[in-house]
Amino acid sequence: MIVEIGHYALVLALAVALINSVLPVIGARRNDAGMMELATTGAYALFVLVLLSFLSLVWAYEASDFSVKNVWENSHSAMPAIFRFSAVWGNHEGSMMLWLLILTFFSALVALFGRNLPESLKANALAVQSWMGVAFALFILLTSNPFIRLSPVPAEGEDLNPILQDVGLAIHPPLLYLGYVGFSVSFSFAIAALLDGRLDAAWARWVRPWTLAAWTFLTAGIAMGSYWAYYELGWGGWWFWDPVENASLMPWLAGTALLHSALVMEKREALKIWTVLLSIVTFSLSLLGTFLVRSGVLTSVHSFTTDPTRGVFILGILMLFIGGAFALFAWRAPLLKAGGLFAPISREGSLVLNNLILTVSMGSVLIGTLYPLVLETLTGEKISVGAPFFNLTFGLLMVPLLIAVPFGPLLAWKRGDLLGALQRLYVAAGLALVAGLVFFYAKNGGPVLAVLGLAAGFFLVFGALADLWYRAGFGKVSVSTGWKRLTGLPRSAFGTALGHAGLGITVLGIVAVTTFETENVVEMTQGQTVQAGGFAVKFDGMRATKGPNFTEEQGHFSISRDGVQVADTWSSKRLYTARRMPTTEAGIVTFGTSQLYISLGDPMSNGGIVVRIWWKPYVLLIWGGALVMMAGGFVSLSDRRLRVGAPARRAKPVKAYAAEAAE
Amino acid sequence: MTRKQKRLAVIAGGMSFILAAVLLIMFAFGQSVAYFYMPGDIAKANLTPGTRIRLGGLVAEGSVVRGEGSTVSFKVTDGNTEIPVSYTGILPDLFREGQGVVTEGRFAEGGPQFTADTVLAKHDENYMPKEVADRLKEQGLWQHTEEGKP
Repeated sequence: MIVEIGHYALVLALAVALINSVLPVIGARRNDAGMMELATTGAYALFVLVLLSFLSLVWAYEASDFSVKNVWENSHSAMPAIFRFSAVWGNHEGSMMLWLLILTFFSALVALFGRNLPESLKANALAVQSWMGVAFALFILLTSNPFIRLSPVPAEGEDLNPILQDVGLAIHPPLLYLGYVGFSVSFSFAIAALLDGRLDAAWARWVRPWTLAAWTFLTAGIAMGSYWAYYELGWGGWWFWDPVENASLMPWLAGTALLHSALVMEKREALKIWTVLLSIVTFSLSLLGTFLVRSGVLTSVHSFTTDPTRGVFILGILMLFIGGAFALFAWRAPLLKAGGLFAPISREGSLVLNNLILTVSMGSVLIGTLYPLVLETLTGEKISVGAPFFNLTFGLLMVPLLIAVPFGPLLAWKRGDLLGALQRLYVAAGLALVAGLVFFYAKNGGPVLAVLGLAAGFFLVFGALADLWYRAGFGKVSVSTGWKRLTGLPRSAFGTALGHAGLGITVLGIVAVTTFETENVVEMTQGQTVQAGGFAVKFDGMRATKGPNFTEEQGHFSISRDGVQVADTWSSKRLYTARRMPTTEAGIVTFGTSQLYISLGDPMSNGGIVVRIWWKPYVLLIWGGALVMMAGGFVSLSDRRLRVGAPARRAKPVKAYAAEAAE
Repeated sequence: MTRKQKRLAVIAGGMSFILAAVLLIMFAFGQSVAYFYMPGDIAKANLTPGTRIRLGGLVAEGSVVRGEGSTVSFKVTDGNTEIPVSYTGILPDLFREGQGVVTEGRFAEGGPQFTADTVLAKHDENYMPKEVADRLKEQGLWQHTEEGKP
């Protein structure tokens, strides 16, 4: 019964979304306040209905109601409650429900926080959100309905794919979707502005917090997914350039560009057309990602069993929205007036450089991801474009950006002083180079290029600190005044510094782990010891255990340094009984930010076992940096929390104004 | 420099960055793209030894031999032709005889021996690498057992 209510709620949601797609737009045309007001109510109603529908599916999973086909296919009564919960979106149908839920969630937030928006802009934006709601509700109901019942009712479920039976599934998809789908808001605002034909700095001020929030979640989602793949798959890698990873990286790159160009638009009214275009492109890439993952044109961890009608349907949605958006853009964009002028060397100029590099490197990822698909469709030839391609192109293209980042915040708006910025940064650059060299020699060895990579990472961190240092005026004023000025800086200044420093930390982690990582593949027998990363790893033997829905062969390892045992760990191979599917559970021991990563291979005939042992120095910095970037996002968001949707700048205390002028 | 010249310089700079990126992408495609072959294609393909390719097919029944240390050798078959493959490392969890597999690596000088540095067998018990599945269907060797779903 509950499941039927959920099903019905989804149908109702489709009806509400249909109404909400049309009436507010007409209202905005006719300047009818009542019809425009409907968009707000509609957005709330839509969210409540979809939430109801989603919760009924959650209930079916928690109650292990195997008469629901979707539950039977993806759950098992022996699974712990938390996995039964996350299993809701561990399959195609459920993940589309999550997509729709988050879409309507963002619409409701826009309705809630957008009280000060111009009525027509808000009505149009919410209507655009509803168009997407219609498309995806239809998609779910017609091709991917999770509420279909089975008869006769099976006694037991088929279990969830064991790879997904992990807390990672509870965290990674919701975060990722909050990011992916969050960009729908800037998309809707862009379309609404094009429909309205009005675009000014205030528009950028409304859009930026949404973009920032989506970007922050997407950063978190990608980092979480990367760490999950790292510890769960047992291959010790943290990024595989898998098409699905690329699908999430592309909106991130475009979103990062958007974040920066919207800043120019907000402060200087320049780059208007470009910013609107980027809003469209960013969300189009989110849609493209959804298509790549959901249509089954790619094979990866993320493609569940698929049927072709779904692919065609999503391709239809994709073409409709992306094609429509670009057509509208081509038609309306020439009407928009270009804004403020600026010299090439200026804050704006540096942000243009940022946008150029980010979009071009995004393009390289896009080409590498789509080329095999296009080639196969056209010629039937099958090729694989893998890590070597992306490392070469994306890696090289990003280098100038890493060097340029610290300069940006030090340049003034309109006309900047590059020499002045250089003078302020040479200490940071020198320190970075020294730090890189010290790090390199302490680890003795590796390619010389690594010194430069490490120096680039340190430069980003020190550059971010230097920015704060000069803003506070340390060195020119007394320490106490400097401190006072530092604490008086707007939060967005700290957000910028954290974002840039976080990038630097991630770069450091990537360079360090690629350069200094060691890998041993050895055949070990009980009692044998292997050296890795300055530790002695001793294999103590195997034991067999049982989990709720799997059997497990565990190997015990004790780790000692200079003869003293410092840690021990279990590394195991599991066999999930319902699906007869084996998985590897790596044994991971953390020392500071470095990790020892032990995964088991096949047993040998002589009683030994093949063991793979990695020493991964500073590997945690990769995700630590992402955490710092996220923190930057949240700090910036908290700065403008009160301004979200506020069209007029409120009068500010003089002190804060002075700090902003110094920006 | 006048404003116009400055603007031209900026545009030229941007364009040359994009051009450099395009050249880099084309160069990288030439360098690092691996073509996919089934065992039967190898004889016709006229590969120079040392070219990096992907070789896909089924792991031939009874062909998996574990050698010294962690080196494993097996044969990849498409039903007619078999290619011997050697691989050092840990095989994926789902590597099994009779199952689909994609290996990536190079042929040794002057011999049919394929040395793989990557072996892919993906994350689902019914999983068949897409390239392999497509080709097996073409050749009429497709025997995927449909799960007994009501």
